[in-house]
Amino acid sequence: MYHKEKSIQIKSSASALYNNLSVLRIAPRCLTYFTVVHANVVNMVSASWDSLNYSHRQLQSKEGSVATSSSLIMQAAWCVLPSRDLLVLTSQKGIQMYESDGSIMVYWHALDTPETPTAKAVFARGIAAVWEKYICVGVSSGSVLVFDVPSKGSNITLSEVLEEHKEAITDMASECSGSLECIADLVSADDSGLLCMWKSGEDFQLLNKIPGFDTSCSSVKLWKGTVIAGYGTGQIRLYEGVTGVLHAEVNAHARWIYSLDIAPFTGLLLSAAEDSWVRVWHLTLTPETNSVEIEHMYNECITDTQMCGAKFCDGDGYAFAVTGYDLSEIIRYTQA
Amino acid sequence: MSQRTLPLLIINLGGEMLYILDQRLRAQDDKTQRGCWTEGDRKRVMNDIAATLFSKMFLEEILKPQDVFTHRALRTVLTRIAHASIMRLNPASMDKLYDLMTMAFKYQIVLCPRPRDLLLITFNHTDSIKGLVRDSHNLVNQINEAQRQLIELYTPLSDGEFQLIRHTLLVLFQDMQTRVSIFLQEKIQNPNGRFVLSTSGPVPYGYEVPGSIRWFTKGQEVRRTVFPRGENYTRALHDASFDLSGDRVTRLGTNMYSEASPEDSQASDTSNSTRKQKQVDLQCKHPGTFKDS
Repeated sequence: MYHKEKSIQIKSSASALYNNLSVLRIAPRCLTYFTVVHANVVNMVSASWDSLNYSHRQLQSKEGSVATSSSLIMQAAWCVLPSRDLLVLTSQKGIQMYESDGSIMVYWHALDTPETPTAKAVFARGIAAVWEKYICVGVSSGSVLVFDVPSKGSNITLSEVLEEHKEAITDMASECSGSLECIADLVSADDSGLLCMWKSGEDFQLLNKIPGFDTSCSSVKLWKGTVIAGYGTGQIRLYEGVTGVLHAEVNAHARWIYSLDIAPFTGLLLSAAEDSWVRVWHLTLTPETNSVEIEHMYNECITDTQMCGAKFCDGDGYAFAVTGYDLSEIIRYTQA
Repeated sequence: MSQRTLPLLIINLGGEMLYILDQRLRAQDDKTQRGCWTEGDRKRVMNDIAATLFSKMFLEEILKPQDVFTHRALRTVLTRIAHASIMRLNPASMDKLYDLMTMAFKYQIVLCPRPRDLLLITFNHTDSIKGLVRDSHNLVNQINEAQRQLIELYTPLSDGEFQLIRHTLLVLFQDMQTRVSIFLQEKIQNPNGRFVLSTSGPVPYGYEVPGSIRWFTKGQEVRRTVFPRGENYTRALHDASFDLSGDRVTRLGTNMYSEASPEDSQASDTSNSTRKQKQVDLQCKHPGTFKDS
């Protein structure tokens, strides 16, 4: 179904972090941007579609008034909003937001860090852009910070803090199908496997809480109202978001899942885990019967590599890219 | 990241250090040159290092919540622990010893099937160290006490918190690709320095083998389908013991040098393959001194 393309070399290797790859497709300029986190640095590479031109940029974590810091970055992801795209970095010290090419930092939010170290680590992790103007970021305490983003400029404000999770947020996802009929806009996941469904607005509304089974949910997606959740046990579960009804459970991987992605136009699902396997699935939803089908499509083993990031490069799932711990390249596949 | 990483880091690295030194000291044992290491000397070195590693005061310090040390600070601490004995390592030997220790522990962390198994790896080290110093009952009791503290501290942590500890360690060891002779021989490391990751064998205890999809209606399983998974995993038969003693199931963290030959505790040069292989050669010239060849 897929064949390997030429890899993209990055300036430093990928760290072992959940969802450690973000992709932004810039169709008008025939470019795709990729970001990969390495310790306290984000490697950004822009690749032209003809694979002839690559340019690199590195962004560093910030701490207080210090522009560059050794504080570790937990995640980097683009947030696509109707009026603008922003690149968001979450670290042990706070949240940095940049213009989409990484050229200018437009906002910095410092996390409350205790004077003396406590047993509980402090960090931000979990990033989602939510219709129409919100960027939501998770925190290790379980809080979800909701930022109100104007259509331009740096007047970004913290508008709300959602307090439903008790364990560290692992990942968040917004509804990606583009359908306006979906009730839930956002799903948040944590280390206990708890999933919270939200409706966005001036005040975010909690629609449902789907309890975990004492296993961390490390990656989550929301598509046509269906939650697709990847767990530390290597399983993927499909839930109807608003009701919490479990549709299916896939024994997908032999080790911890690090990344899920969905191609919204076709329903292709990508999963990558520490077991070195990347798998592609196909989801079909039948609204009349309220049923979900998941079918396995493709396997790829990246020898001697623990995957940490996997993303489709386009909305159809024609191409995907993956990263692995200690690897200094982004490995790419396109449909044969 | 995790504020609970340091105890596991120090004890596991300290354990690897004891394995390597024990093996190198045994290799010196049968030389007939004047001033070489006797069995009595070796046991004394082992006991002195273990006593420092597991001293109440030291443990109290490392058990406090804190950021993990940098490599420089880590090396300083481990050098001081090694020099608590009559043995002296020159900087070049300490460099190579540090390479070996860190690559061994990196291997264990990378291959760790479940994040919680980091604790089993630690207990494999403490179990083996108790074996190395078994003639000293006080020291064995001291190590048992340390183990009790680890059990108390780490047992309540969730899998997500253990994974955070593991991620913290993996950042610390990122990009370390030193080739180690015994790893290359055992085919657990590739010539390019990357570890060999198996795609078969038992899945972690409590995990399901990949390959099936279960369908539910109203909370009840109504159908099961299979898919081609491409590899050959099996179920794990039983869980390991997280107590003071017991079957740890995993071999990660056990003494891989105990049956190996003296040449096995060697590090290869990390750069071009055309360079000559360097050795951690602990030649004996004076009592208490190791020098490179």
